[in-house]
Amino acid sequence: MKQVPLLASIVIASLLIYSCGSGSQPSSSEAAGDSSMVVQEDKTASQAAADDSKGKGKFTEVTLTHPLDKAMVAGGKTVYDVKCAACHKLSDEKLVGPGWKGVTDRRKPEWIMNFVTNTDEMIDKDPAAQAMLEQCMVRMPNQHLTDDEARHVLEYMRENDGKN
Amino acid sequence: MQSCKMKNTASAVQGDANSKVYVAPGKYDEYYNFVSGGFNGQVSVYGLPSGRLLKLIPVFSVFPENGYGYSEETKAMLNTTNGQIPWDDQHHLELSQTNGEQDGRWLFANANNTPRVARIDLSTFKTVEILQMPNSAGNHSSPFITENTEYVVAGTRFSVPLGTEDVPISSFKQNFHSTASFISVDKTSGNMALAFQMVLPGMNLDLSHAGKGPSHDWFFFSSYNTEQAYTLLEVNASQKDKDYIIAVNWKKAEEYAKAGKGKKVPAEYAHNTFDESKQLASSVIEHEVLLLDPKDCPDMIYMIPCPKSPHGCDLDPTGEYIVGSGKLAALIPVFSFSKMIKAIGDKQFEGDFQGIPIIKYEAALYGEVQKPGLGPLHTEFDGKGNAYTSMFLSSEVVKWSLKDLKVLDRAPTYYSVGHLMIPGGDTRKPGGKYLVAYNKITKDRFLPTGPELAQSAQLYDISGDKMQLLLDFPTIGEPHYAQALPASLIQGKQVKFYDINKNGNEFVTMGEKKANVVRKGNRVDVYMTAIRSHLVPDNIEGVFVGDDVYFHVTNLEQDWDIPHGFAIKNNPNAELLVMPGETVTLKFSPQKQGIYPFYCTDFCSALHQEMSGYLRVSPKGSNTPLKFGTGVVADTSAQK
Repeated sequence: MKQVPLLASIVIASLLIYSCGSGSQPSSSEAAGDSSMVVQEDKTASQAAADDSKGKGKFTEVTLTHPLDKAMVAGGKTVYDVKCAACHKLSDEKLVGPGWKGVTDRRKPEWIMNFVTNTDEMIDKDPAAQAMLEQCMVRMPNQHLTDDEARHVLEYMRENDGKN
Repeated sequence: MQSCKMKNTASAVQGDANSKVYVAPGKYDEYYNFVSGGFNGQVSVYGLPSGRLLKLIPVFSVFPENGYGYSEETKAMLNTTNGQIPWDDQHHLELSQTNGEQDGRWLFANANNTPRVARIDLSTFKTVEILQMPNSAGNHSSPFITENTEYVVAGTRFSVPLGTEDVPISSFKQNFHSTASFISVDKTSGNMALAFQMVLPGMNLDLSHAGKGPSHDWFFFSSYNTEQAYTLLEVNASQKDKDYIIAVNWKKAEEYAKAGKGKKVPAEYAHNTFDESKQLASSVIEHEVLLLDPKDCPDMIYMIPCPKSPHGCDLDPTGEYIVGSGKLAALIPVFSFSKMIKAIGDKQFEGDFQGIPIIKYEAALYGEVQKPGLGPLHTEFDGKGNAYTSMFLSSEVVKWSLKDLKVLDRAPTYYSVGHLMIPGGDTRKPGGKYLVAYNKITKDRFLPTGPELAQSAQLYDISGDKMQLLLDFPTIGEPHYAQALPASLIQGKQVKFYDINKNGNEFVTMGEKKANVVRKGNRVDVYMTAIRSHLVPDNIEGVFVGDDVYFHVTNLEQDWDIPHGFAIKNNPNAELLVMPGETVTLKFSPQKQGIYPFYCTDFCSALHQEMSGYLRVSPKGSNTPLKFGTGVVADTSAQK
């Protein structure tokens, strides 16, 4: 008698999306200290912002400057060159991430500052950030901007958008 | 040598052992266990009680996996007076201490073969300093430290002639010396400096430990081959009933050194340091050393007779008891520090060993542990008045009481245990919960893997009266001594990434805008950036056969656990792992014309497979212009 092996085949197609859905990446909102080596405590800045369009993070009210603060714009450009330009163009063209043109019209200032300082929690929980992840397919790296650096970048974005 | 007692592989494990070593997914171990790598020249780090391997730290061996010893920044770490040596035999480890307790700052490691001592930073788990030892060979009794990490010691297993004179081997007695080196450690930076070397008679120094509390000023070394044999040591160095424990008053030695009693002699040795701000190792050759001759320094050194080729030389947490483990002895002698001091005061000597006074055995002896087992090697303490000695020949750990020297318990090991380790077991404050035995023979403990087997480690619960075997785990290389500390001591200070704005590497690229390729003669410097998931530049042309190309890769990421790797096809060199915010350099000297792909080797994102580029290497003398970029697409299709 012949033995017929039963073939039960289960095919699991797995699309590898880095960190997709991993809800527990340690996020950190600590600013860089004085040491050249950065030691950080893991903190989850989870004070949920009341207004979702402001994103999740510590910034609930950002006061804008009129006219633009030139020193902050210059500081923001320095940060952009080192930490952002690898993935974001100043035009509306997408590179790795979306181009910055018009970002200050699309997002509230608080959302922007929360996103660049509280990146992991935003990507994990904020609907707008998650939608962007689905488009770009690369998690935005947490570049550990200090609060000041984040504010300067915001000013630089505003200048890029022709605000005053 | 195998154990005489027959044990089957499953014996001696009972009860709730599994729950005691189970660390649930996502949970952390209680201890970091730093384990010497022996002949692999590295240090491995395990979690306890799980026995999970956490990391391999390259120390004395090159590590192609992350570029240690291959990258331009780290090559100098392995420099010696005989050029770059890519390997060593790493035996013992010691964690830095303050007031006789672990302080979680540094880990020291010895190299046996080409005598060196290394310092590892416990916030980065990186080797940051290596100091070569002149006038030394077989640097075995090292890197043990004094209670406040004032000194790290280095003692010679192999006596050798000092200086460079060509002498016959048979002139051992006249010309060969052992030396005990004292390396000072800077309190703040940790930087090491060879303070002085004591010149001792020809013999083999084995292990050592510093005094504690009342014996703070003293250091103790075990010795064998006081027969001064230079051939067939197996027989000729086992003739005498007793060798010695050498008691060194390092405070006195320090005074003599300061008072100019030493002699400065020429000696070349390399001192290599890794500068974290520049991310660069540099090697300096030192030219002089201070020698202390016991003849000129009275009351600095004494010898205590100790039965049969002692290995371990271990001080209990109070600093009063000195345990000598004579590996060929049938008993364990325990010496009393206070009796030793009294004997010195009363001049209870029984002659001298080439000028060094020998204290009478009984005058320094506190007592002997009778019939402890066969082949005592090394002893650690639990802080509750008990000592634990490894028995190599009878394959067991023996627990005994310091108070009455009675054997309290025995636990089999599988097999032939060498060193054992209790977290903090050689400090003033041992954590008396676990003991790990590092075994030399594995045999049937794990799935067989051909003739070479992993060495096994065994974890015991020592919190109760009886030792309980909890776990076997395989190790890497050949562990000798190990150390462990509570995770809480260093867990919170781990560096997660390097601040890119403080990157002081000469070849850093601060943002993609600064990416560049610069030719100077036949040297080509590529200033490259890496971020998820592209390299800039990723197309490079105008490089020729015979050029030396230096890829300076800066990782622009500022997030924890996002290293990028870098490798080039056919490069007879290693790869790089570049930590976030760091710049590391890989050299490539192409010998053949062709297109060479390069890519990121460390899976970094969903588009990791796309993180790659091409280097065009043209024939020597051709006129391909220097060209580089990323994202530039040519507008002609028929380029040549």
